Amino acid sequence: MSFPILSLLIFFPILGGIALLGIGKENVKGIKIMAFIVSIFELLFSLPLWFSFDKTTYQMQFVERHSWISLFNIEYYLGIDGISILFVLLSALITILCVLVSWNSIEKKVKEFFVSLLLLEGAMIGVFCALDFFLFYIFWEAMLIPMFLLIGVWGGPNRIYAATKFFLYTLVGSLLMLVGIITLYIQGGNTFDILALAGQHYPVKLQLMLFWAFFAAFAVKVPMWPVHTWLPDAHTEAPAAGSVVLAGILIKMGAYGFLRFSMPILPEATSAMMMPMLVLSLIGIVYGGIICLAQTDLKRLIAYSSVSHMGFVTLGIFALNTQSVEGGILQMINHGVVTGALFLGIGMVYERTHTRKISDYGGLATNMPVFASFFLLFTLASVGLPGTNGFIGELLILLGSFLTKPWVALIAASGLIIGAWYMLWLYQRIFFNPVNSRWNGIKELDAREIATFLPMVILIFWIGLYPNSMLEYMHVSVAHLLEQVTGNTAGIPSGVEVAVDTAVKATSHLPQVSH
Amino acid sequence: MPIIIPTLDFAALIPILAIITTGLVVLLLDIYVEDKAVLGYVSLIGLLATAIACFGLLTQTVAPTFQNMLVSDGYSLVLDLIFVVTATLSIMIALSYLPARDMQSGEYYALLLFATSGMMLMGAATDLIVVFLGLEIMSIALYVLAAFNRRQLGSGEAGLKYFVLGAFASAFFLYGVALTYGATGSTNLQTIAMWFSANPAYAHNPIAMVGLALLLIGFAFKIAAVPFQWWTPDVYHGAPTSVTAFMSVGAKAAGFAALVRLLLVSFGAIPDWRWVISWLAVLTMTGGNIVALAQKDVKRMLAYSSIAHAGYILVGVVPGTPDGVKGILFYLMSYAFMNIGAFAVIALLEQRDQIGSSIESYMGLSSRKPLLALMMLFFMFSLTGIPPFIGFWGKWYVFWAAVKGGASWLAIVGMINSVISAFYYLSVVVQMYMRSPTEPSELEFAPLSLPVTLTIALAGAVTLLLGLWPTPLIKLTALGIFG
Repeated sequence: MSFPILSLLIFFPILGGIALLGIGKENVKGIKIMAFIVSIFELLFSLPLWFSFDKTTYQMQFVERHSWISLFNIEYYLGIDGISILFVLLSALITILCVLVSWNSIEKKVKEFFVSLLLLEGAMIGVFCALDFFLFYIFWEAMLIPMFLLIGVWGGPNRIYAATKFFLYTLVGSLLMLVGIITLYIQGGNTFDILALAGQHYPVKLQLMLFWAFFAAFAVKVPMWPVHTWLPDAHTEAPAAGSVVLAGILIKMGAYGFLRFSMPILPEATSAMMMPMLVLSLIGIVYGGIICLAQTDLKRLIAYSSVSHMGFVTLGIFALNTQSVEGGILQMINHGVVTGALFLGIGMVYERTHTRKISDYGGLATNMPVFASFFLLFTLASVGLPGTNGFIGELLILLGSFLTKPWVALIAASGLIIGAWYMLWLYQRIFFNPVNSRWNGIKELDAREIATFLPMVILIFWIGLYPNSMLEYMHVSVAHLLEQVTGNTAGIPSGVEVAVDTAVKATSHLPQVSH
Repeated sequence: MPIIIPTLDFAALIPILAIITTGLVVLLLDIYVEDKAVLGYVSLIGLLATAIACFGLLTQTVAPTFQNMLVSDGYSLVLDLIFVVTATLSIMIALSYLPARDMQSGEYYALLLFATSGMMLMGAATDLIVVFLGLEIMSIALYVLAAFNRRQLGSGEAGLKYFVLGAFASAFFLYGVALTYGATGSTNLQTIAMWFSANPAYAHNPIAMVGLALLLIGFAFKIAAVPFQWWTPDVYHGAPTSVTAFMSVGAKAAGFAALVRLLLVSFGAIPDWRWVISWLAVLTMTGGNIVALAQKDVKRMLAYSSIAHAGYILVGVVPGTPDGVKGILFYLMSYAFMNIGAFAVIALLEQRDQIGSSIESYMGLSSRKPLLALMMLFFMFSLTGIPPFIGFWGKWYVFWAAVKGGASWLAIVGMINSVISAFYYLSVVVQMYMRSPTEPSELEFAPLSLPVTLTIALAGAVTLLLGLWPTPLIKLTALGIFG
């Protein structure tokens, strides 16, 4: 048996969090250092995944499989493929940054904060590694508790409202999914094995019901319009680390859920529901963007921009061709990096000014030139400037969706323009307008904060200039996923085959022969 | 005519006899022992012995005995264990709770044990008359226990209210027994079933149906199902917290014990009761949860929430399958730990005159008593049904049985109700973790008393550990089949 590396990744932060409880409450510094060490080691432990991952197969790798609750045939079944590996790595990275950005900004209940953060990390990685639907559900739900506490205990003035809303929204979706899981279990031959469930054929009517049951859970998490309203509140009130985890990892889980469950298990429903999903995504893109223009609160603006960006992700996923799906997955990583970085930056500046109102700022570039440069880079990456990672993801998505439905790409592209508008306008209002004398003595970034930004900067350029280093991980898995979706649609006429067909033609460089 | 001596297999009675003997010993010792806490510990020893006996009997089946009045099967023995756990945890709470309020006395423990024996009798009964005997043994002891804090008006009110309405419900039950007897000619569960299968034409005769309806009303009262729940909040709120913990789990479990056996054994062939129970479940879940939302007092909130939990358990009754029965047993056992754990926290915090049970008094608890707050957080999330706590598995089990039994819509209603319940359980967590403490002078905590602290620690540990590894409890409840 090989070394259970995925279990290590899940339980190391959890045990680390429990070990933190042993440190005295007064020893604040020790707690922080310990949390930092745990998160660094977690990243080190996850690196073997990156290096020894076999990119030539769609099979699950690093598999661990044990019986857990035999009565219900629930297994402790872990494994990753090209779709999930990047999220595992991203989770490990983002947690380190969360520890760093919380270094001084968390003042009360420091120990409990880092314990929650580490427990959350373990559960998040569990979500991405689980191959048993039930195990997945348990991690998915268990994650709610630390996140609820992170927002509710260490958040802003309206934190209780935001935390409760977050919890209830997610719970409604999850429970509907649970009914779906039970139904699937009974229909699918008494197993929760995701791979086995995906290999079966379910009646179309059942598929559609299950699709919407899963949709309830995943769409809330993404969040897709119209169930996005918890996100602005949660983002606005959460502490910096909470916002970063939310933007970086948590909301990716919804899209991941579509990829891992809805698409392979319910292929016919997926292709039948393609249009509604595309339309919802488009509404999210445009609506989220327009709302951004009206925001007066810094964090709220970035939160709504997440709605818009995640619209691109779901658009890519449901356009159902290779470019768009790969673009969607890459854009999830990109959004995690860029929006994560933006929230990190906002956290840092909030620590100094204690205001989130955009109108309170002005001319910050004069006082904090280094910070302004970093923030400019993140802003440009967010609007998708060529050379940054945002460009690659959006390009792939637009290209892919154009092949499926040209008008969809057209409307989505307008979201890019709105995106540039609100982001650059935001930048202008904060950094360029007349200098607000209130911030004359403001401190420039220190070494810790620059160190927090650096991984993000590296990732932005890395993905932006050499996207293939990420894309090559997912090629085979995405191809297999699309085969699962389109291969089973024989009896149902849909736009999918046409789309894939066109995609193949479009990507081929050979001259087209008319047939 | 030869005299037939009925088979008397006392093996079937061992758990009940053990409890009654312990109760009598406690009563006797009460005369001689000055320190009444000793009696509590004697009771705990008796309960431990009973638990051991139950485990010993689990592997062997005893045929129906005492003229087919009683049975000792897996079902009754698992229930016995549930009652033993309930009684043990409640006595441990009482050992701290009673002396702090000058209520310490020997008869408290004796009454609690007698009530437990009544519950066990209900779980083992295969005759409606014996069910009634168990019901009365349990109820009369509980009436007294509810009124045990005689210095307080609320407690007296609780006792009286419980007594008057309980007597009313008993009358319904008895009338139901009479009508059933009139229709089928027997009070024996098995014989009733045989009569129905022998006379399918009479399956829907009005006398039998009205009889069943009256029986259901009697049970619905005991398990506090809507619309027969009116007594619950006042009684649970007014009774001493250690008693509330006991009856919110024990009386409910006993009611379900007899109800499930009656419906599945006697009326299994007539599925008409399914829709009645379905709607009872919907009303109970929804009614309990919605009213619980409005509560400002944690003890009262838990009283309403216990109504809602009865609704979830009813969902497991509807399919009428062995899966459903096992799910109910699992739910009851998990409910015993998490609910009594929550009541133990209340008992610990509660000041004299019940200042400490208002939700404001939980403000900032996590700063003052971090471990206690953490345990309460476990119980609240477990009661909501969030993994990795045991409450999640209980809900999962009954909803799974419902979906499998073709009642998916009930499972969905149950899920929606879980979300509603999340709101008020969360509000306790919000108070503990997210609000600043009120002035410390206002609320002084009694020094942590050992037995109740142990109860909380034990219940909290079980809530988490069985949540992570539910297999032992699943295996235990899988034995819960009718003999």
